Amino acid sequence: MKILVCISKTPDTTAKIAFTDNNTKFSEAGVQFIINPYDEWYALVRALELKETQGATVHLITVGGADTEPVIRKALALGGDEAFRVNADSTDSFYIASQIAAHAKQEGYDIIFTGKETIDYNGSGIGGMVAELTGLPFVSIASKFDLNGQTATLRREIEGGEEVCEVDLPVVVSCQKGMAEARIPNMRGIMAARTKPLKVVEPVAADSLTAIVSFELPPAKAGVKMVPADNVEELVKLLHEEAKVI
Amino acid sequence: MSVIIFADQFEGKIKKSALEAVQYGAKVARQTGTTATAVVLGEVGAEELAVLGQYGATKVLHAADARLNEPEAGVVTKVLAEAVAKENAGIVVFSHNFSGRAVAPQLSARLKAGLVAGAISLPDMANGFVVKKNVFSGKAFANVNITSEKKIISVLPNTFSLEPGSGTASVEAFSPAVSDADFRVKVVKSETISGEVPLTEAEIVVSGGRGLKGPENWALVENLAHALGAATACSRPVADSGWRPHHEHVGQTGFTVRPNLYVAIGISGAIQHLAGVNGSKVIVVINKDPEAPFFKAADYGIVGDAFEVVPKLTEAVKKYKGN
Repeated sequence: MKILVCISKTPDTTAKIAFTDNNTKFSEAGVQFIINPYDEWYALVRALELKETQGATVHLITVGGADTEPVIRKALALGGDEAFRVNADSTDSFYIASQIAAHAKQEGYDIIFTGKETIDYNGSGIGGMVAELTGLPFVSIASKFDLNGQTATLRREIEGGEEVCEVDLPVVVSCQKGMAEARIPNMRGIMAARTKPLKVVEPVAADSLTAIVSFELPPAKAGVKMVPADNVEELVKLLHEEAKVI
Repeated sequence: MSVIIFADQFEGKIKKSALEAVQYGAKVARQTGTTATAVVLGEVGAEELAVLGQYGATKVLHAADARLNEPEAGVVTKVLAEAVAKENAGIVVFSHNFSGRAVAPQLSARLKAGLVAGAISLPDMANGFVVKKNVFSGKAFANVNITSEKKIISVLPNTFSLEPGSGTASVEAFSPAVSDADFRVKVVKSETISGEVPLTEAEIVVSGGRGLKGPENWALVENLAHALGAATACSRPVADSGWRPHHEHVGQTGFTVRPNLYVAIGISGAIQHLAGVNGSKVIVVINKDPEAPFFKAADYGIVGDAFEVVPKLTEAVKKYKGN
């Protein structure tokens, strides 16, 4: 069995967000970068669990410059077997998905895992686009993935509940909380990752369908109005008369 | 070149988030001098379809095929692509709800139509086709230009409040070419928490954190939520400790909510939690620590012991609602 896990480099969850170049570029000054949590904690770890229980080769792919390599080395340290870096820089989901789909078609995977979204651009588009471009079925926002032979049973989120569904491999799945528990790479994994293959491939020709024009930071709050703890009636009155939310 | 909106339904009822998308799509149609067509899949009654007119759709394409009641994303993609061709649509609008998140990217790739996922503004067409969306999990916004000829927008739920009008829509039966072989993902069962307000659609959310000390104290949160007609939520440590189910976790790696009112009880307000809630219109924070960072992001605050303040607040809300 061959599994592909799509990895994105994102700012750490505690990173302070700021912009440069007249609010057109994310400021990387002082920012720590991590594997996008959904890609790491759920997509990658579930792939590694399948590798351990059923036997599988786990490939990793990222689309980005050389600065993404520390992040992909960490994914190798966690237990990925081989990594591919498509040497291109883009914020357009369709362009990125086109790169991943081109690689996937060439290699042929049984399962392609992505995170449900990245915590930087929050596009949540890569899984669905890769499914469309490879012609595979797509299950979105899955919290559970079990495999019985060639049939996967998944649990996925729907409005106001959950759904259990079945699909035959190959399949594309976007992963969220519940799929697996986060792991920390051990020293052996970190040492092994140094010599695991990380292949740099040049991008295929693909269109970009969107472009970020500018960024904005949200307006600052006007300030908090404190209500004494022994006067909750005052809070109810404010919520009704001033804020008009109840 | 009409605007098509996917008005998705659940158990025969058009979702609230889908009505928001219809209203948004109708406004985009007005901006671009065209009309709005809503597409409804599955068994939905005539009364429910009529509601779409009130939100600005002038036409409804209804595929009343029972196989399309809970269809997989791939099938919806195929059906919508047919509707786009039939209506010669240039813009497709979704809600950025669970089905929108699954289908919009697939349709985007199929039509080579640029996608803005989670829009929080109408398009600005003064210089291109620029739509604002949340990025960095709500810590910032990006203005994104869709450069392709066809365009897809998914609208962030709870961003645009519903304003029903008196419009009507004509309903046209729609028989898309769908074969049994198109269904590759089989739904075995669906479990919905009926009677409860879905978190991402809720107008009011009451959320609890570690300050509540244990799952046995959750009645505090639930009673206040019940009094307010609110959904319940929690912070990440609470979900990670198993006190509450994961689907209640709000924050950067959980759900992003944008209710009118978010009440945070015993949550300190770490940056990751704030990212999931700072789109809320009004935030109330109840915490015994006056230095809790959450107060900086709040509109109203009470410094006090949740175990004393919350029951009193619940009573005060009940009393107010009773009048």
